[in-house]
Amino acid sequence: MSEPRPDRPPAGAETVFALSSAPGRAGVAVVRVSGPGAGGALRRIAGGLPEARRARLARLRAPDEGADLDRGLVLWFPGPASATGEDLAEFHLHGGPAVVAGVIEALSALPGLRPAEAGEFTRRAFDNGKLDLSEVEGLADLIAAETAAQRRQALRQMSGALSARAEAWRGKLLQAMAHLEAAIDFAEEELPEDLAVQARPVIAALAGEIGAALDDGGRGERLRAGLSVAILGPPNVGKSSLLNALARREVAIVAEQAGTTRDVLEVHLDLGGYPVTLADTAGLRVLSETSGQAAVEAEGIRRARARAEAADVQLLVLDIREAGPSAPTGFPGAERDRILVLNKADLAGSPETGALADQAPCVVSAKTGAGLEALIARLAEQAAQRMSGGGAEPAITRARHRAALGEAAAALARAAAAREAELMAEDLRLAARALGRIAGRVDVEDLLDVIFRDFCIGK
Amino acid sequence: MERWDVIVVGGGHAGCEAAAAAARMGARTLLLTHKLETIGVMSCNPAIGGLGKGHLVREIDALDGIMARAADQAGIQFRVLNRSKGPAVRGPRAQADRQLYRRAIREHLSEQANLTVRSGSVEDLCLTASGLCEGVVTGAGERIAAKAVVLTAGTFLRGLIHIGETRRAAGRVGDAPALGLAATLARLEFALGRLKTGTPPRLDGRTIDYARLQVQEGDEPPEPFSSLTERIAQPQVACHITYTDEAGHALIRANLHRSPIYGGRIESAGPRYCPSIEDKVVRFPDRTRHQIFLEPEGLKDPTVYPNGISTSLPAEVQEALLRSIPGLERAAMLRPGYAIEYDYVDPRELSPALETRRVPGLFLAGQINGTTGYEEAAAQGLVAGINAARLSGGAAADFVPDRAQAYIGVMIDDLVTRGVSEPYRMFTSRAEYRLHLRADNADLRLTGLGQEIGCIGPARQRHFAAKAAALAAWRARLQTLAATPAEAARQGLSIRQDGIRRSAFALLRYPGVDMARLSRLWPELRAVPAALADLIQTEALYEGYLERQGADIAAYRRDEALRLPAGLSYAEIGGLSNEARQILERARPASLGAASRLPGMTPAALVALLRHVRRARRSAA
Repeated sequence: MSEPRPDRPPAGAETVFALSSAPGRAGVAVVRVSGPGAGGALRRIAGGLPEARRARLARLRAPDEGADLDRGLVLWFPGPASATGEDLAEFHLHGGPAVVAGVIEALSALPGLRPAEAGEFTRRAFDNGKLDLSEVEGLADLIAAETAAQRRQALRQMSGALSARAEAWRGKLLQAMAHLEAAIDFAEEELPEDLAVQARPVIAALAGEIGAALDDGGRGERLRAGLSVAILGPPNVGKSSLLNALARREVAIVAEQAGTTRDVLEVHLDLGGYPVTLADTAGLRVLSETSGQAAVEAEGIRRARARAEAADVQLLVLDIREAGPSAPTGFPGAERDRILVLNKADLAGSPETGALADQAPCVVSAKTGAGLEALIARLAEQAAQRMSGGGAEPAITRARHRAALGEAAAALARAAAAREAELMAEDLRLAARALGRIAGRVDVEDLLDVIFRDFCIGK
Repeated sequence: MERWDVIVVGGGHAGCEAAAAAARMGARTLLLTHKLETIGVMSCNPAIGGLGKGHLVREIDALDGIMARAADQAGIQFRVLNRSKGPAVRGPRAQADRQLYRRAIREHLSEQANLTVRSGSVEDLCLTASGLCEGVVTGAGERIAAKAVVLTAGTFLRGLIHIGETRRAAGRVGDAPALGLAATLARLEFALGRLKTGTPPRLDGRTIDYARLQVQEGDEPPEPFSSLTERIAQPQVACHITYTDEAGHALIRANLHRSPIYGGRIESAGPRYCPSIEDKVVRFPDRTRHQIFLEPEGLKDPTVYPNGISTSLPAEVQEALLRSIPGLERAAMLRPGYAIEYDYVDPRELSPALETRRVPGLFLAGQINGTTGYEEAAAQGLVAGINAARLSGGAAADFVPDRAQAYIGVMIDDLVTRGVSEPYRMFTSRAEYRLHLRADNADLRLTGLGQEIGCIGPARQRHFAAKAAALAAWRARLQTLAATPAEAARQGLSIRQDGIRRSAFALLRYPGVDMARLSRLWPELRAVPAALADLIQTEALYEGYLERQGADIAAYRRDEALRLPAGLSYAEIGGLSNEARQILERARPASLGAASRLPGMTPAALVALLRHVRRARRSAA
């Protein structure tokens, strides 16, 4: 049971803003402003309103003739013909964190503007009739689908594959319920004596089917979210170079001085149709200094560890020249989820992997690109194994669905064990309701709360 | 012109309960009925209560209504159905002596302050220029003014009785139909539908050969309906059970063409749960027999009601059928069974207070709303009477128990949001919160609510206060008393020997443990009154389930709190499909929760509605 949300002030009266593009460094960053103050924000920061729905290059300054922030494109979508249904402004900035931070700060300084909450743009779009619940989930996945396999799954969900299964389960369940209810409500009639007894195997079988669907290793969700891969290793072994080489695009500042990557940077790849998220982490090394800079770096290392722990696969990168007879220990993640990568093969005399050979290392050179294809093939293989292994298409693609099915399975298990007919019936009712929820049949408010909590692409 | 606060039209179960409730609330009330003799008459079988229905009777009692007490005064056999199942699905039921029941109802009405009962027909309603109901016009042409009118016309609206090939207009055998009121409702453009119901032939019990039949005795001691009844005074009698056989089924098949339904003369929907014997034989051809309960109609009245062979076959076929039934071979048929078709008002015309939206000030209750059963009628009468009195007193007519408070709330919500496609009868499976809505806690659920609105008399107030105090004290005591498994085992209780001390309340959850067993451990528990002991045991048994239901109920109430304004224009809500719009316009649900229960509603439509409500709330803020 979720707590009732604290009443927010009426959304229409407020103007909200947020960075709408992915956080981190990028070529272009988009900051969106939605609400009645969006036009004012454009005037104060970009010096005027551009023609509606036309991009205009503008010099962006902090309000009241303040500091120069950037030169960028600005767009103006007067409501209601906008994505949120409200007045909407967009600032397309150069993607450096300092530029974005400067614009966000300038917007915060304007009266009546506040940062958007998670999913708030979507919620406003929904409140203003721009989005429909039936479109929200499947469509959101379709829009966000980056790879062919994801798109197939999203399409399948939109066309109701899961709903159909849930409905089929619900149909069987309703039948068992009906028999049980008949035994309760028509006790005076001549009914078969053992209706409740007959219901038990049906209920147990149903619990088994749903349990089997739940036991899919989370493939559906992973396909939706992508395989997460963390790149880790000691400092200065070329982790960022490797990431860049894999992504073939500049996402991280790479320098020769050890310890330049202080935070976690991500790049999304499409490997053989499967989505993979690569995360570059700060070098993991023992800190001997106690300087302020080292403290900053320690925070980076803490985050990197957490990220690596959570990843599906770890790429442990070592400098081939420094690799000892056995792989270094103390890195996060389980052995079996790790791929050993020996980098800087171009600097080594001969690609000799020595005692590490039994760990099937990938010998690569981020600089020349040598060995990268083999590494990509290894990753694609991992992704395919984890997302489509087992043959049957995974039905469950969202935590919400998993929760509902889990609730149904638990209720069915209780029902199969219940002593009293009315208690069995009560759990069957809960199970039916949980199944119905997958198709969005009941608990509209709860459903919306969860969807909008999970659903942050509007930001 | 004569002026009243509330006029109730009709003296059946809905009308009597409505009149008594309005008068208890302090409204000057007039009950107008065709004939004084038929006040409180049981036109169908001589029984009150049952599964779901018994729950309704207890709820009526909890709100100080009269049905439960009258049934206790007239009951000649009491049985709690489903005794082998859990307490939530047990339903108290009684066979009642028709005459004694009628007399008991008339006594309650005559003792009720603020209430006048008068015979007379009502032919029309008086409306103000703006369309509010302000009184009635009698058959004698007299106009009587009232601030609110409750119409309980039963099956009398264009009633049409069928027996075989013959048919005649009637409200009930021996009573004229109400044609004037039917015309009034049609003129006011109420959405009307047509339903049918039926009764079996009546038998002379002195000609039944009981010796060969199965006997069904009542419970000993009998369990009364009303919490105010201390003991059942009437002598208790047995019912008997017999069965149809293949010969009878063959006879029915051979004469099907003469039945008004299979002959095509009735097309209106009858109840699926109460089929005629013709229906049973046609729909279940594999069954070799169908059960018949022989219910005595009274201690002195020899009439017997053979429950299970409702029929509208021609009288001579009915006679021949009886000849084929064991024990009834020589039974004299006092009058044939019949089917009756009647008009009902689509209950989606009503607010949850049972007031019509079309004519403010006019309330409808009972069979006119598409229900069947005395208990369903009485429960609606109670709610309509209370709300009519509230309206006449200047309060908003808004006494509406919700689905989590009462079967009454379940029924009214079902009726006004979903409408009916067959005569509506209560079942326990209609109640989502069945484990909470029990016959044993109706007073705990509703009497306090009744006190707040002023429909509880002083005697029940005192009784309830004493019970509630005793219950609270014993509940607390049972939580305090505790024993180790070893101590429990010494008194013969088999509890897991895990060394954990358990409270007396927790011990009650174990199979085979009851208050009597516990009193071996703690002799003071012998003082717990039996009714409270059962109630507390039920609470212990259901504890975990009730907690989960509590969470469910909170979610349900959140959706109910999203009210949809009465005058909402569905055409103006973007994103609604035409189909959804039509469903909503017909039902005009009072809340988003009610909308979600409409058949045919889609999540997309609910979302569009929710969006609209949110926006409306924002602009109102």
